[in-house]
Amino acid sequence: MVNSASKPSGLRPLVSVRGLSKKFSNGTLALRDVDLDLFPGEFVSLLGPSGCGKSTLLRLISDLSAPSAGTIDWPGAESADAYGKPEHSLGFVFQEPTLLPWAPTLENVTLPLRLKHMNAGEARDRAAAMLDLVGLKGFEKSYPRELSGGMKMRVSIARALVTEPKVLLMDEPFAALDEITRHKLNDDLLALWERNRFTAVFVTHSVFESVYLSQRVVVMAARPGRVMSEVMVDAPFPRDNLFRTSADYAHLCRLGSEALKAAIDA
Amino acid sequence: MSTDLSPTSAKGTDQDAAPVYAQEETVLGLPKSRWPGILAPLAMGVIFLSVWEGIVRLKGIPPYILPGPGIIFQTLITDWPTLSVALWVTLRITFAALIAAVSVGVALAILFTQSKWLERSLLPYAIVLQVTPVVSIAPLIIIWVGDVNLSLLICAWIVAFFPILSNTIMGLNSADHNLVALFQLYGANRWQTLRYLRLPAALPYFLSGLKISGGLALIGAVVAEFVAGTGGSASGLAYRILESGYQLKIPRMFAALLMISMSGIAIFLATSYIAHRLLFRWHESAIKRES
Repeated sequence: MVNSASKPSGLRPLVSVRGLSKKFSNGTLALRDVDLDLFPGEFVSLLGPSGCGKSTLLRLISDLSAPSAGTIDWPGAESADAYGKPEHSLGFVFQEPTLLPWAPTLENVTLPLRLKHMNAGEARDRAAAMLDLVGLKGFEKSYPRELSGGMKMRVSIARALVTEPKVLLMDEPFAALDEITRHKLNDDLLALWERNRFTAVFVTHSVFESVYLSQRVVVMAARPGRVMSEVMVDAPFPRDNLFRTSADYAHLCRLGSEALKAAIDA
Repeated sequence: MSTDLSPTSAKGTDQDAAPVYAQEETVLGLPKSRWPGILAPLAMGVIFLSVWEGIVRLKGIPPYILPGPGIIFQTLITDWPTLSVALWVTLRITFAALIAAVSVGVALAILFTQSKWLERSLLPYAIVLQVTPVVSIAPLIIIWVGDVNLSLLICAWIVAFFPILSNTIMGLNSADHNLVALFQLYGANRWQTLRYLRLPAALPYFLSGLKISGGLALIGAVVAEFVAGTGGSASGLAYRILESGYQLKIPRMFAALLMISMSGIAIFLATSYIAHRLLFRWHESAIKRES
């Protein structure tokens, strides 16, 4: 199953990364010659040790940072803005919830819509519906400081999804949470993904989390950051605790661990 | 957050892990923990004033050397018509200077953070204004401007505006870099980033600048008037102090001094109250956690 040829074929990728390199001004080669296709509606995890450029790759895809070499194309994007960037198609969840501390929950979720000049009433309705979807109905008026770590992350996810993006980029979003909360959020994230079918790119350094969540695990190595291998996880959805305790899951996790070890030793 | 199993709790939004904030009993409309902060200095003041009065009486110190608190309060009441006019003059200059300091300070801070070149070119001069003792330039300003009230206002403004400028610049630059990235991601323009991110992020910094500047505006107004030394019916508390000194009306001098101190305390309390009202819902400085 460790096989890079078994990508979904015959589909046009939504995002196509070719020969991507990123060199920081201090000379560090964060990424070297990365090729990666993201297909519509798939759930991909980027798995690797720290320093392998997973987060850098997300920042490049989201255009928050410019590549030193290589291209990122959006062949599957339907609309583009004046700069040729695909519009409304990205959501980003940071490692920290990154909420506006002075704004109540609902206002935090409406933020992306307000920045896109959507009228206030419609933005409010959509944000409220999104909050309901992440299980935070009734917390619209709470300030971030009144929420627990897991709840803040839910707000962050709601904010990322409120624009109905085609791609949701997540940079180790649950790394700071306890395991029980993380499992719960994993399940809820999968439910949201099955409902809305965005393309999910999930950065993590947990083999177990990556296998549980994704259809495809892209294993990366550090110094320089590069893609080493891929593990296809073709277990069916919906996945739940039954899957988490299955022999299949254990087997896939072992494959993932081996691929990760190979990447670390490389 | 309660621990009852409301529908959302049952859905497992881990709300039980939400932080608990201290909810205090209130006594006479104020939180219980606030009272020691009021009563302790009050008791200290009463003891201090009693000892002062006692020493003055026991030693028979004449009022033109050191008046006791009793005679000072008495003077405050008998001289109230003159002193209240002077207080009003001083406070008017103080508030005008503070308003000018806030407007110019915030406007310059926004300009500076929008244009690095403007900051590079102008900030050194703002610092020169700040470090030059106002006493040394007040005579010049009075000569150039002509109008005394306007000169005093300019002097007080010079003293008060720098903390606002410097704090607001720091605040505008202190927005969370991930939030800045988020705004960039959604294609926010400069105005949106300023309005929805940088200005709210700067608010706590601005407010602590305001607390400092409130007191400085009063000091600036008083010091400038000392330098100007203008008399007449439209003079402020500083001139009343000078005048009382010349005339050896020492109790009146103390009364005027008392009014200046009280004004300073009132300004501090007012700015602290404003800061609390604006920040108590969200900022760490205004929040008490239950431990």
